Amino acid sequence: MELLSGADMIARFLQDEGIEYIYGYPGGAALHIYDALFRQDKVKHILVRHEQAATHAADGYARASGKAGCVLVTSGPGATNAVTGIATAYMDSIPMVVLCGQVASHLIGEDAFQETDIVGVTRPIVKHSFSIRHPSEIPEVLKKAFYLASTGRPGPVVVDIPKDMTAPTERYEYVYPKKVKLRSYNPVTRGHTGQIKKAVEMMLKAKRPVFYTGGGVVTGKASEGLTDLVKQLGYPITTTLMGIGAYPQSDRQCLGWLGMHGSYESNMAMHHADLIIAIGARFDDRVTNNTSKFCPTAKIIHVDVDPSSISKTVRADVPIVGPASSVINEMISLVQGHNVAHPEALTEWWEKIDGWRADREGKLYEPSKPGEALKPQEVIEALCRVTRGEAYVTTDVGQHQMFAAQYYKFDKPNRLITSGGLGTMGFGFPAAMGIKQNYPDDDVVCVTGEGSFQMMMQELSTCKQYGVGVKIVNLNNASLGMVRQWQDLNYKSRHAHSYMESLPDFHMLIEAYGFTAITVNTLDELEPALERAFADKHELVFLDVKVDPFEHVYPMQVPLGAMRDMLLSKTERT
Amino acid sequence: MRHIISILLENEPGALSRVVGLFSQRNFNIETLNVAPTEDPSLSRLTVTTVGDDRVIEQITKHLNKLIDVVKLVDLTEGNHIERELMLVKVKALGAARDEVKRTVDIFRAQIVDVTPSLYTVQITGDAGKLDAFLQAMAPVGILEVARTGVSGIARGDKVLSL
Repeated sequence: MELLSGADMIARFLQDEGIEYIYGYPGGAALHIYDALFRQDKVKHILVRHEQAATHAADGYARASGKAGCVLVTSGPGATNAVTGIATAYMDSIPMVVLCGQVASHLIGEDAFQETDIVGVTRPIVKHSFSIRHPSEIPEVLKKAFYLASTGRPGPVVVDIPKDMTAPTERYEYVYPKKVKLRSYNPVTRGHTGQIKKAVEMMLKAKRPVFYTGGGVVTGKASEGLTDLVKQLGYPITTTLMGIGAYPQSDRQCLGWLGMHGSYESNMAMHHADLIIAIGARFDDRVTNNTSKFCPTAKIIHVDVDPSSISKTVRADVPIVGPASSVINEMISLVQGHNVAHPEALTEWWEKIDGWRADREGKLYEPSKPGEALKPQEVIEALCRVTRGEAYVTTDVGQHQMFAAQYYKFDKPNRLITSGGLGTMGFGFPAAMGIKQNYPDDDVVCVTGEGSFQMMMQELSTCKQYGVGVKIVNLNNASLGMVRQWQDLNYKSRHAHSYMESLPDFHMLIEAYGFTAITVNTLDELEPALERAFADKHELVFLDVKVDPFEHVYPMQVPLGAMRDMLLSKTERT
Repeated sequence: MRHIISILLENEPGALSRVVGLFSQRNFNIETLNVAPTEDPSLSRLTVTTVGDDRVIEQITKHLNKLIDVVKLVDLTEGNHIERELMLVKVKALGAARDEVKRTVDIFRAQIVDVTPSLYTVQITGDAGKLDAFLQAMAPVGILEVARTGVSGIARGDKVLSL
């Protein structure tokens, strides 16, 4: 029998759970835990410069690897600083365990120094939370936390740990719990066979079908199955922003992504479809536009592991509660050996889709002319070429995020790492940091804007401390581009606080941390600068790319319209 | 439509706040809420009455079921059920009204559980409609204080909400 203090139990549990990196920031209530981490060397602690970055870094790692990320913060401000990152993970269903120090039990409720009711604060943005009430329950609670975070529909779990629970003087028996049981939590392991059969019958009879798949396929590790199923049927597929890469974007059957800034052909196909096969997607408002005008002629099959996602905003005709992977596999076996009922209708459907595609070919944006400012779109296209479409691309939020998603072609899941649900500016850089540490031999690039980057740029210091060689492509338009775009469209170009008068000299800023910065002003400077940036995988390089501040993101769905109602450029609309 | 949802909830600190928080977070409605431990000390039974169309009620039950602390739930209004609420009311009881109050209490099959020279404390159980009717009847006499428990309910017949 092994006797360990609460703090040592935490360190040991993390080892036994196979956690390699934990992101955090020390403080009074977490010091026993920090001391325990110091006395071992299996779990590596990464000291961030702000707790929000710790959550984003763990989140980035979780998105890239499919495993739960782990965060350690102290009580009070340490924990509240983590809140934005917890909400980010919650909205995108990312597995994460956040260990929060707390003031000692006897002080709770007394407004003690650095006391916050973090379980209360985070209640609406966690999958579940725990408060440790006795040191002996630490192994079991932590096991439950990781189990809950990473099974079913994943999400963040907060564990609140009062300081006295980790006191070095009190020791209890430690056994690593291999299994946990929660009587009220049994995530479904497969879908209803009858419903799946019914869905497959509808799929085979469809004349204008579209697959619409989301992040659930990525987190549910169902990309391969999805690709098989879609290829077998020969149907078009569009994904959500979160689902990008679950089906190879370079394949002809992939129409790109859909919704507010989705591709013209995706949104047109959705609007005209007679059958929508939604898998691991949640009919979010950035996808559906006005739900009352959404896909008027379509029947809807909706597969999701979370029953509350089904018929939440759009009623499903065939609801299937189950994990994407097992439902898709069952669908594949039912489809095999069967032919589609209306091959001629499908040929017609593809002709229509190819027509929509051809309509916009070469018209997506106007490339810059010599002497003009670079277009952000061409920067992303060049980035994709230089990294052969294989990099992990993290983004912040705004125009650059949409451009990155539109113009980088992702053929693999878990490669576009972006805050889709919460839309958190500041996410991209720390997320890239978390990914790069775990995948040191891969290219990891953060596509950002000067607005977002300034929200988390203190992490340059963390990158310096740990030698993290991420690349940063700053699409610098000297304004909050997406805000500005909306102001152009809806507020007669009154640019209320969307312009930053005093930007730092990014070149000097980056060099102050000892890194390389390259400023890019013209198209001929672009590719050499990118080549230079990616020459050494282990060097942090910052590209400050001056781009056209007047550029807008298109297509853009017209508010309150149907899927097909889009602005296609500053002068065209559907 | 009004629904009565009964929930078996882990008897854990914070569990109740998760349920209540869910309703405000998702813009659902709570009309009454009643919670107490059951014969199994690890479980509380919580009964909530809410109003919404089928879509909303479906979302409410799905989201409640998602809460880790919710062990089991039933929408009692889906079948035959018994619904009760308990109310304690202090009413003025002076002069001629004293007899009048007593008569009304008898008609409603309520009980007077405490007496002072100037008031009665009445205990009454029943469904919400009966309690509302009693309050209406007492209004002219003068209601001084009302304490209602909120609805509790149970299914009729063999159906049992247990683990």
